[in-house]
Amino acid sequence: MANRITIEVTRYDPAQDEKPRFDSFEVPLRKEWVVLDALNYIKDHLDGSLTFRWSCRMGVCGSCGMTVNGVPKLTCATFLSDYAPGPVRVEPMKNFPVLKDLVVDTSDFLVKLEKSKPWIIRKVEKPLDEEYFQTPEQLEAYKQYSMCINCMLCYAACPVYGLDPLFIGPAAIALAQRYNMDSRDEGASERMDILSQHDGIWGCTFVGECTQVCPKHVDPAGAIQQYKLTATMEWVKALVLPRGSE
Amino acid sequence: MSKRSNEPFLWLLFSAGGVVSALLMPIHLLLFALAFPLGWLDGPGYEKLLVLLRHPMTRVYLLVLCSLPLFHWAHRFRFTLYDGLQIKHLSEFINVFCYGGATVGTVVAACLLWSI
Repeated sequence: MANRITIEVTRYDPAQDEKPRFDSFEVPLRKEWVVLDALNYIKDHLDGSLTFRWSCRMGVCGSCGMTVNGVPKLTCATFLSDYAPGPVRVEPMKNFPVLKDLVVDTSDFLVKLEKSKPWIIRKVEKPLDEEYFQTPEQLEAYKQYSMCINCMLCYAACPVYGLDPLFIGPAAIALAQRYNMDSRDEGASERMDILSQHDGIWGCTFVGECTQVCPKHVDPAGAIQQYKLTATMEWVKALVLPRGSE
Repeated sequence: MSKRSNEPFLWLLFSAGGVVSALLMPIHLLLFALAFPLGWLDGPGYEKLLVLLRHPMTRVYLLVLCSLPLFHWAHRFRFTLYDGLQIKHLSEFINVFCYGGATVGTVVAACLLWSI
């Protein structure tokens, strides 16, 4: 294995630059290094002005999502040696406005995430000293979706979100489904008002890229199709029993 | 519920059409396009088939077999045009073309089936 590899990094400051450019850096190629290590090496030794987000370095915080050789990846979990002999091209996540270099503006996702109400909604809260019991089967029903770390790789991969920014998007729907399927939750009907709109689940055309790129093996595409069936059943119920569904 | 969408209805037709296309259509194609003409299996014969075809339940079944896959196509093709060709601004025309086409196809199938 050659002991160095070239990293091509997007450089862009919207306040000054007309369009993004690529800067190339040579970094050591070490077996245990991930793309994020290379970026940190560049920042520490080659160019301190390179701007990118990161925090935990262990695939938990969801901050370091970028596009590596065209594919949305968590850079802390993407090994440099897999791209040898290089070059490795690191770009910001697609479908988001760039703030600087590799940092994108995620506010659109945060607004959508809040809209889908990803928290437990109870009509009446139990007193604090009473517990909500849950069987292992009930936990299993939503556990997969609870692995989401809000890294937004699914938004970067989703061609529908790229074409129609109003689409609420994969993670917001998967997280809504995470709470819908939680036995302690009673908020499914509140979420349905948001999710069953045109820009909700019906925007999805089941391309499936969201599930492909998810680093935590959540299946947002599956969650959306599952929710389409739920919403359709509700629609049929409302049609058959117009009053009963109010 | 605010802003009720008509998408559930279209999606229901789409998914039902998908099931029919995936499960029933291949059986019919295998039997009537390959197995009977190539003599792999003994066919039921023209007269028997005609009697079967004239039964109202057979006609309804064949209408469903023809119609639902057309609506499956309509839904898929609508989004192919929306996103693939990126001509979503023509959505009204596309919707009429796709679902209208599937409706016309259904009517034609019904006319043919009930005229035999």
